Order: sequence, then structure tokens, then C-alpha cells
Amino acid sequence: MTDATPKIRIRGLTKSFGPKRVLDGIDLDVMPGTSCVVIGGSGSGKSVLLRCILGLIAPDSGSIEIDGVDILTLPPRRREGAIEKIGMLFQNGALFDSLSVWENVAFGLMAAGRRHGARMARAEARAHAGQVLEQVGLDPSVGALYPSELSGGMQKRVGLARAIASQPDILFFDEPTTGLDPIMGAVIDGLIVDCVRRLGSTAIAITHDMASAQRIGDRAAMLYQGKLIWQGAASALLDSGNPMVDQFTHGRREGPISMELRR
Amino acid sequence: MNVILDFIAALGRAALNLVRTAGALALFGLAGLSHLVRPPFYWRIFLGSLVEIGFFSLPVVALTALFSGGVIALQSYTGFAQYHVQSAIAGIVVLSVTRELGPVLAGLMVAGRVGAAMAAEIGTMRVTDQVDALTTLSTNPVKYLVTPRLLAGTLALPFLVLVADILGVLGGFTVSVVKLDFSAPAYIAATLATVKPIDITVGLAKAAVFGFLIALMGCYHGYHSRGGAEGVGAATTSAVVGASILLLAFDYLLTDVFFSQ
Ligand SMILES: Nc1ncnc2c1ncn2[C@@H]1O[C@H](COP(=O)(O)OP(=O)(O)OP(=O)(O)O)[C@@H](O)[C@H]1O
Ligand SMILES: [Mg+2]
Repeated sequence: MTDATPKIRIRGLTKSFGPKRVLDGIDLDVMPGTSCVVIGGSGSGKSVLLRCILGLIAPDSGSIEIDGVDILTLPPRRREGAIEKIGMLFQNGALFDSLSVWENVAFGLMAAGRRHGARMARAEARAHAGQVLEQVGLDPSVGALYPSELSGGMQKRVGLARAIASQPDILFFDEPTTGLDPIMGAVIDGLIVDCVRRLGSTAIAITHDMASAQRIGDRAAMLYQGKLIWQGAASALLDSGNPMVDQFTHGRREGPISMELRR
Repeated sequence: MNVILDFIAALGRAALNLVRTAGALALFGLAGLSHLVRPPFYWRIFLGSLVEIGFFSLPVVALTALFSGGVIALQSYTGFAQYHVQSAIAGIVVLSVTRELGPVLAGLMVAGRVGAAMAAEIGTMRVTDQVDALTTLSTNPVKYLVTPRLLAGTLALPFLVLVADILGVLGGFTVSVVKLDFSAPAYIAATLATVKPIDITVGLAKAAVFGFLIALMGCYHGYHSRGGAEGVGAATTSAVVGASILLLAFDYLLTDVFFSQ
């Protein structure tokens, strides 16, 4: 613990929407070059957690350190610089539908506001986008299409390509394999692992798929009622010894977690 | 007693809301403008909006102006014929078109066309997380989405109004000459004798303000929309209604400032 500062270090993070407390004191460390999967029921606040780190939602209290610097107290410009190190795959893709696929993938590379690394010219960026599309199992000719012309799974892969195109230090995946067939799901998992291993990126992935969680994650954490009730090795997910995690990972109806279906 | 207090409280809440919205709008507009002087500037988006507003609104603005000019000529003819001051018609047409009808009608048309489209486009981007995705891709969403549109609106509307001025006068001229049997040279001479440069320039200045307001309302409501397709629909309506009301209010203010001395 003393030899390395965590890439991401979260302490006491809270966030409420009106009376509803979604995050209630989150503590999480993610070490450099490792990946952490976050599991938890639908609506438990997993996406909100990632959005807080990305600065898209302002938390009520707590601290978020990236490379040892608390980004919540940084002035806006430096915070943007810190957040630029993060690539994000949104849960619903969030592709720019007015731009073609390759422009989507290369958007960050061509962005004029880019701080790290030189801004790419369009021709170069287009070629690069083709390569990244190939990495996610898409033909480079897909680059000329528009997002609305793609299937849901293809959109997911384009979103993934956009997130990894600039080879960011940190990668966030919000349900990367939801909506993909099992084989493509495994391919994407492999790709994520590859990014983390090869680029040395640090990753946080949200998933509902236990097989995928074990393939992607070094560490795992479970979010329940605003708290991380369990953290451990991802390989231990299926026999964690924690009754709530057990119920969740095995998908049992009976157990300490009672789904609030009535509302 | 309680009823009265409730009523006053409701009034107070409405007033507070109005002030809050006005403040938020002003801040949003200032934020958008402040990016004008801080590079980068997104030329692609700017040119796209400029063409969308300035070029594709031409047909609807042209038709509106043409018919309005004609209607003014007809109305003032029936109104003034009994006083034998038909010569005044050319003047009435050119003044009402350049000072009021050109800017206001073009503004309202563009508010319906472009304000709605901006709110829908940015609103859809907001509710599908595209605005957030911009942030994660090193792009400031206000700088990328709002600033180019504000500038395009401000520049495109004076151009449209210039076209509307010309076509409005042409409409009045056509009706007067073809239907009311005026002499064409006399009509033109009367028009030129009446209109002063300030009538046109003030109309164009109004147009620039209207263009800014329309783009501002479209961007503001789109940017702050929430709650799926329904939210985007509501944002579109608010943008058009808000822009139309603001536009008429500012028309009054600007007219008061420029013409009431
Ligand atoms: N902008 C917001 N305004 C108000 N409430 C919000 C907002 N964003 C999220 N919430 C609420 O926070 C809670 C957590 O949402 P979140 O999207 O993080 O869930 P999640 O864990 O990602 O679920 P899923 O697995 O279904 O994606 C939800 O109850 C949601 O209603
Ligand atoms: Mg989610």
C-alpha cells in the first residue's frame, strides 16, 4: 500500500437527488494498471458513481483523487485536464448521431481542446479510426456509416472504440457487454483486458454479467444502498462468503436483498 | 384571508421564478459569448448553422415578406382612399416593412423554424448523454454547441431581414401597380423619398438582437432539457414560445430607444 498511490482514490463520497441518497459514503481505491468491476442492482447508483468521477455530477461531499490529486478542489481548467485522462463508454453508447462513425471514433483525437498529445489532422485521424474499429471487430468501412445505421451491438462497439481511441490512462465502461451476443461479449471482454494489460490503463467496469466480471476484473466491489458493501478479488465473486453478494451473483430471489419492486 | 395570502404567495413564486429564469438565461448567454474570445472556435458548426438559418429560411421569410408588403398596400389603400392621400401608400409600406414587419415577421418565422430545431437537436443530445460525452472527449459543450449557434443566429437574421425588406417593398409595389393602378415610377420615387438609412439600419440591428435571442432560447432550452423524448418536446415548445415573447418585448424596447425621440 505504501509503494504506490492509487490511480483513483475515493473517500466518503455522497450524493443525493432530492430526498433520495444514491451514494452514501463510498470508499474505493483502484491501483494503477488494475481493473475493478462494480456490480449492484439496477438503480443502485453505479452510473452515478462514474459520473461523479468524471465531473458530470457534483457530489455532495467526499473526495475523489486521481494520481493523488483531489479533482473536486481543482480549478475548472486543471480539473478538465485531469478528466481528459479518462475514456468513457456510456451505458447507452451516447454516439454523436450527427457525425459519421469514424468521426465519432476520432472525435477526441481531433478535438481542438485536447491537452495531452498533439491534435490529429482529419486524414490521419480517419486512418487511425479505421484501425481502432478493426480492434473492436468492426470493418473499417463501417466508419462511413452513421450511428443510426448500426445495430445496437455495433453501436456499443463504436462507443468502445471511441473510448479507447486516444489510449487514455483510465477507462470507464458502463455495461460494455450488455446487448451483445455471448461471443462478441467475450471478444469485448478480451479487448478490455488487453487495453488494461497492454496500455497499462486503469479501469472501472460496471457489469451485470458475472462471467464477464470475472474475465475483466482484478478486483470487484458491490454497491448496495449507497455503500460498497463488499470488496475483494474478482475471482472470489461467486464464493465471497458475503450473503448479499452471494444472493446477487447467483441471482437468487430469496436472501437478504429484497428487491423493491413496489414503489 | 388565507385565499388572498395564497394568491399573493403564488404571485411571488411566479415572479421569483421569472427572475431566476432570466438570471439563468443571462448567465448562459454570457457563458456562450465568453467562448467567442477563447479559442478554439468551431467553424464547421458555425457554418452549418449559418447555412441552416440564413439560407434554408429564405423561402419562408421571402413569402412572408412578399405577402405582408402586399397586404399593407391593400389595407392602407382602403383606409386612406377617402382622404385622397394615395401617394402616402408607398411610404407606409416601406416604413412599416423596414422598421417593423421585416424584423418581427422574419424573427417569428425563424423562431418557429430554427429555434425549435436547435432545441430539439441539443435536447436530444442532452437526454442521450451526448452532451456529457463531449465533456469526456476534451470538448466544452457550451463552446461546441452554443457559441457557434449564437453567432450564426446574430449574423444570419440581419441578412434575412434585408431580403425581407426588399421583398416586402416589392410586394407593396406589385399590388399598388398591378391592382391599384399606381404609376410605377411615382411609387418608386415616393418610396425612395420616404425611407431614410436609419430606418433600415435600425431594422437590421433589431434583427441581430432577435437572431441572438432565438438562438439563445433554442440552445438554453435544449441544453437544460431532461426526461427523454417528452422533455425534448417540452424544450422545443418553450424555445419557440419563449423566443417569440422575448422577441416582441425587445422589439418594443428597441423601438422605444431608437424611434421615440
Ligand atoms: N440526474 C439525475 N437526477 C435525478 N436522479 C438521478 C439522476 N441520475 C440518476 N438518478 C437516480 O439515481 C439512482 C441511481 O441511478 P444510476 O443510473 O446510477 O443507476 P445504475 O446503478 O447505473 O442502474 P443500471 O444498472 O440500471 O444502469 C436512480 O434511482 C436514478 O433515478
Ligand atoms: Mg447505469
